[in-house]
Amino acid sequence: MKPPPFEYHDPKTVDETLAILGRYGGEARLLAGGQSLMALLNFRLASPAALVDLNPVPELSYIREEGGQLRFGAMTRQRQIEFSPLVASRLPLMIEATRMVGHLPTRTRGTIGGSIAHADPAAEYPALVTALDGEMVLRSASGTRVVKPADFFKGFFTTAIAPGEMLVEVRIPVTPAHSGWAFEEFSRRHGDFAIVEIVTMLTVDNGRCTRARVAASGVGGAPVRLRPVEEILERDGVGERAIGEASARAAELVDPTSDLHASADYRRHLTRVLTRRALTRAALQVRGNN
Amino acid sequence: MAEPRKVSFKINGAVREGTTEPRKLLVDFIRDDLGLTGTHIGCEHGICGACTILFNGEAARSCLMLAVQADGAEITTVEGLAAPDGTLHPLQQAFWEHHALQCGFCTPGMLMAACDLLRVNPSPTEEEIRTGLSAVLCRCTGYQGIVDAVKAAADRMRSSN
Repeated sequence: MKPPPFEYHDPKTVDETLAILGRYGGEARLLAGGQSLMALLNFRLASPAALVDLNPVPELSYIREEGGQLRFGAMTRQRQIEFSPLVASRLPLMIEATRMVGHLPTRTRGTIGGSIAHADPAAEYPALVTALDGEMVLRSASGTRVVKPADFFKGFFTTAIAPGEMLVEVRIPVTPAHSGWAFEEFSRRHGDFAIVEIVTMLTVDNGRCTRARVAASGVGGAPVRLRPVEEILERDGVGERAIGEASARAAELVDPTSDLHASADYRRHLTRVLTRRALTRAALQVRGNN
Repeated sequence: MAEPRKVSFKINGAVREGTTEPRKLLVDFIRDDLGLTGTHIGCEHGICGACTILFNGEAARSCLMLAVQADGAEITTVEGLAAPDGTLHPLQQAFWEHHALQCGFCTPGMLMAACDLLRVNPSPTEEEIRTGLSAVLCRCTGYQGIVDAVKAAADRMRSSN
C-alpha cells in the first residue's frame, strides 16, 4: 500500500462532513478530486488521521448564476466547468483558464474547490478568482463566512480555511458588457503548472477603459492583483503605449523568488512579456466586442 | 488500521466485487485483486498517465483514486477495448498499423486517453491530438507514430459512424 493508513469517511451531506471534521480537530483532511492530495498520500508527504471524502456529497456540485455571479459548488469538476454552456456564455475566460488546468483526464476528477483550497502558487483558479475579485464561501459548525481572495490566499499552499471549516462555494462575477479578456501562462510542457501566469479582463466603454483587472501568479506564494497596473489602463486606455507602460509596471510590482523551475529574474521577465501579451489580446478582443 | 470495506463495480462489462482497506489505490485493486494487469502503474502521482482508465466513461488516473471510491462505478480498462471476438478497437488497430508503440508501457494509458479525446472531439486537429496526448508520457516513440495513429483512428471511426 502506498498511502499511509487513515480512517475513511464518506459523508453524504455538508452537515455530516462538518460533524466529522469537528471530531478530528484538525487531524482530518478533506478529499476532493484527489489530483493533488492523492499524490501527496502516495508519497507519504501527508498522513492525516482521517480522510473525509467529499465525492459522495451531491449538494456540493452545481453551477448557477445568481447576484451577477457564477456560483460553483466546491466539488464541481473542472471538466464540468470546461463543458458548461452557462460558463461558456457568462464567463468564457474561465473556460480558457480551465483548459490549462492539468489535462482532460485530471480535470475529470479535479474540482474547483480542491484547486482553490490546495492553493498551489501557480494554479489557474486561484489566479482567476484573484483577478476577477471572486469570493470563497467557508462553512463551519458555527456558521458561514465569505472571504475575498486577498484574505483567502495566505501564501504557498496556505489559505484562510480554519480547522473545522470547509470551502463550500466559489463565486466569480460574470463578464461585464464591452469586455475583453485573456489568460496567458508560460509552462515548459502543456498541462504543467505554469512558471508565470497573467489573467486580465478589460472593460472599455465609449473608448474609455472603465475597469481593468490584472493578476499575476507564480510570482510568489499567492496570486496578486496588480492594482497599479490596472490604474494605468483605467487612466490611459488600452492602446499600445499604455499596455507597454502597464507591462513594465507589472514586472516592477511582482516580487518572485528563484527556485528549481526559474530564477526570480526570469519570472520578472515573463511577467512583463505575458502581461503585454494578455493585455494586447484582451484589448483586441474588446475592440471586436464593441 | 481502518476497517476493510466492500467494494463492487462494473469493469469491462462484468460486475466484480472485493474487500479492501480504504487506502488501497484503485489501480492496485484492478491489478492485484482483479488480476487485470493491462492497466500499468508508472509514476503513482498523476503525471505519467500510464494508469489512465475510463471512469464512468471519462478518462481518469486510477493511481489518484481509492478503490473504495469506485463503488458503484462503471470502469473500462484496456482489456475492455477490443470486441469480445478479439477484433481490435479502431485505436488499437491504428496503433498497430502506425507503429505507435515501442516498449508498450504507456500504451494502455495512451489508448484510454485517446478514447476519451475522440469521444469529446471526434475530428481533432494535429495540435488538439498533441494537447490531448500530453496527458500521457511516452519515453520511446517521440509521439509521432502515436499522433498518426490517433488521426487515422479518428478518420476511421468517423467514416464508420
